[in-house]
Amino acid sequence: MNFKKIIIATSLALSVAAAAFAEEPKKAPVTPAATPVATAPAAPGTPTLAVPAAQTAAPAAAAPSSLKPKRELKANKAITLTMFGIIISITLGVVVWAASKTKTAADFYAAGGGITGTQNGWAIAGDYMSAASFLGISGMISLYGYDGFMYSVGWLVAYITVLLIVAEPCRNAGKYTLGDILSFRTDPKKVRAVAAISTVAVSTFYLTAQMVGAGKLMALLIGVPYKTAIIGVGILMVGYVVFGGMTATTWVQIIKAGLLMSGAALLSVLVMAKSGFNPIGFFNDIVNSPDIQDHVSKLVLKDGVILNGIDAGQRFLEPALFMKAPLDQISLGMALVLGTAGMPHILMRFFTVPTAQAARKSVIIAMFIIGGFYVLTTLLGFGAAIHVTPQGITQVDAGGNMATLLLAQQLGADISPILGDIFLAFLCSVAFATILAVVSGLVLAASAAIAHDIYVNVIKDGHADQHEQVMAARVTSLVVGAVGIVIGIAAEKQNVAHLVALAFAVASSGNLPVVVLSLFWRKFNTAGVISGLVVGTVASIGLVMISPNMTYPKVVAAGAQKVITAMEKKQAALAPGAQLEEKDAKALAKAKVDFEKNKDGKSIMGLDKPILKLKNPGIISIPLGFLAAIFGALLFPSRRSEEMFDEVYVRQNTGLGMAKAIDH
Amino acid sequence: MAEKQYDWAAIAKNPKFVELHHKKSAFLFGWWIFSSVYYFLLPIGAAYAPGLFRIKIIGVINFGYVFALSQFFVSWGLALYYAHVANKDFDRLTRELVEELHLS
Repeated sequence: MNFKKIIIATSLALSVAAAAFAEEPKKAPVTPAATPVATAPAAPGTPTLAVPAAQTAAPAAAAPSSLKPKRELKANKAITLTMFGIIISITLGVVVWAASKTKTAADFYAAGGGITGTQNGWAIAGDYMSAASFLGISGMISLYGYDGFMYSVGWLVAYITVLLIVAEPCRNAGKYTLGDILSFRTDPKKVRAVAAISTVAVSTFYLTAQMVGAGKLMALLIGVPYKTAIIGVGILMVGYVVFGGMTATTWVQIIKAGLLMSGAALLSVLVMAKSGFNPIGFFNDIVNSPDIQDHVSKLVLKDGVILNGIDAGQRFLEPALFMKAPLDQISLGMALVLGTAGMPHILMRFFTVPTAQAARKSVIIAMFIIGGFYVLTTLLGFGAAIHVTPQGITQVDAGGNMATLLLAQQLGADISPILGDIFLAFLCSVAFATILAVVSGLVLAASAAIAHDIYVNVIKDGHADQHEQVMAARVTSLVVGAVGIVIGIAAEKQNVAHLVALAFAVASSGNLPVVVLSLFWRKFNTAGVISGLVVGTVASIGLVMISPNMTYPKVVAAGAQKVITAMEKKQAALAPGAQLEEKDAKALAKAKVDFEKNKDGKSIMGLDKPILKLKNPGIISIPLGFLAAIFGALLFPSRRSEEMFDEVYVRQNTGLGMAKAIDH
Repeated sequence: MAEKQYDWAAIAKNPKFVELHHKKSAFLFGWWIFSSVYYFLLPIGAAYAPGLFRIKIIGVINFGYVFALSQFFVSWGLALYYAHVANKDFDRLTRELVEELHLS
C-alpha cells in the first residue's frame, strides 16, 4: 500500500502547486478572445484555415453591426462555478465508488468487462466528441454554412468502419490494448513495444491538442488563467484515472455524453421554436437573414464573386465557402473513416463489454448519439447564424468557436436575463465535462500501453501479480497525466491545430492497417506489424511536418508585407498630413512587427514554404502504411504466424476461448 | 483455470464455420465498401458537381443539404440492418457451431 500513499501524496502536491499557480497570475487580466481558440479544440482541417479567413472577414464584417454595442461573452462566475462544482462533486463521487471496485488489472483497464452495451455506447460517444465537435463544428456552420455540416458527416460515417470491421473481432481477440490484438500470433515483445510507442504517440498528440484547447477555452469562458485551467483539468483527469481506472473514466464519459445531448437538445428546441417548429421556415430564415447575406457577400467577394441579397443567403447553403481544396477534404475523410477505428482510446472501449454482441450494440448506440448530436449541431450552427449573426460571432472569436455559447446566452436572455446566464453557465459546464471525459480516456489508453504492454509484458515477461499490475497502471497514469499537464503548459503559445490531424493520420496509416491485416490476413506476421506501424507513423508525422499546418515565417512575413503595402497605399491616398484611422494604424504597426520578426525565419524543418500542399496527409500516408505492412510481411514470412491464423480467425469470429483472454 | 483445448484448424474447416466466414466476409466488406463509396461521393460531389448540389428540392433546401443529411440516415440504416442480420444469422450460426463443438 506504500505506492498508494505515494500517489495520494503526489496528487496533493500537484493540487497545492495548482493553488499556488492559481493565486499568482490572476492579477494579469485575461482579455477574452485575445487568441482565437480556433486553433485549440481543433478538429483537423478547421482551424488554421478558419483563422486567416475569419480575421480578414472580421474588420469588414464589423461595419454593418458597428451600430450595435460590441458583443462580449461573459459567463456569470457564481452560477458557472456552482455548476462546475456540481459536476466535479458528482464525478468525484463516482471515482470513490469506482475505486472500491478496482482491484485487478482487468478492473483497471476494462472495468472488469462489466459495462453493458448501452452504457458503453454512451461512453464511446462521450469519449469521442471533443470540444472541437461541440464548439468547433457549430461555429464552422455558423460562419460558413453548408461546409460545416458536410464536415461533420465524416465523424459519424467513421463508425461504420468501427462497427463492421474492428469492434467485434477486437472484443473477441483482445484484452486491454492494441498490443494484445497485434501480438497474438507474432513475436509479442517486439510487437508490443512498437504498438505501445504508436499508441503513446497518438494519445500524446491528441491529448496535447485537447489540453491546450481546454486551457484556452476555460480562460476565455470563466477568466481563469491558462496555467490554472490546465492544472485543474489535469488533476481531475489524473484523479479519475489513477483511482477509478476504466470504471470511473467510463462513467465520466457517460455523464458528459448525457450533459452534451441535453444541452444540444434544449438549444435545438429553442432555436426551432423561433421558427415556429417549421423546418422550411427555418431554412427560409437563414436565406432571408440580411446579416447572413451581407456576411456571405463579403466572403465570396474575396474570390472575386459578386453576390447580393437572397442569392447570397442561398449561397450559405451551398458548398465551398470554406473548403476550397477538395483533395484535402477527401484526404481528411480517409483519415476519419479509417483513423477512428485505429484510435487506441476508442479500441480500448470494446474491452469493457462482456461479449461481441454487446460491442456491436454499443457501436450502434454510439452511432445514434453521435449522429443525432451532429444533426442537432446543424440547428445550433444555423441558429447561431440567424440569431447571433456571423458578425456578432466573429467579434467574440474569429474562428467561430463561441457560436453555440453565444446562442445559448441569447436564447436564454430572450426569455429572461437570468436564464441567459444560466444557459451559458450550463453550456460552459458541458464544455468542461467534455474536456474531462476526452482527456481521461486518452490518459487511460496511453497508460495501458506503457504499463500493460511495456512494463508487464516486455519488461516483466508477463510475470506480475494483480497487485503489481494495478500499481504499475496507477503509477503510469499518474506520470502520463503529469507529463500531459507539463506539455499542456509548455505548448500554450504553440500552434497545436495540426496535432489532431496528426493523431488521426497516425491512427489511420499506422494502427488501422496492421489491425485489419492481423485480423483478416493469414500471411501477416511480426515483420508486417512492425514495418506497417513504423512506416505509417513516420510517414504521417513526416508529411505533417512539411505540410501547411506548420508555421512558415516567410509566409507570415509575406502576408504582413501585403498589409504594409495596402496600408501605405491608403496613407498615400489620404490628404497630406492626415493620419490613418486608429484601426488601420494599429494594423500597420502590427504588420511591421510581424514582418521584421518573421522575414528571415524558417519552419521547424528549415523550410521557407510547405512542400506538401495537403493539410491532411491521409491520402498518401494510408496507402504507404498498408503497402509497408504488406511488403514487410511478404519479405519475412513466418510459418508460425500463418499456422496460428486459424486460431485468431476462429476466435475473433466466434468468441471461443475468450474467457481465457479476460482472466489470465 | 481449466480451459478447453480447441483444435483451431479443424474448427476453421468445419462447414458451419466456413458458412459463417463466407456470409460474414461478403456482408461486412461489401457493405463497408458501399458506405465508403456513398460517403466519398459527398466531398467529391461538392467539389466537382456544385451545380447538382445547388438544385433546390423543397423550398430553399437544396440537393446538397438533403444528400449530406441522407448520409446520417444511410449510416443509421446500415447499422440497424447489420444488427438485424448479425443477430439473426451470424449469431445463430456461431451458437450452432459452438454447441456442436461442445457436444463432440
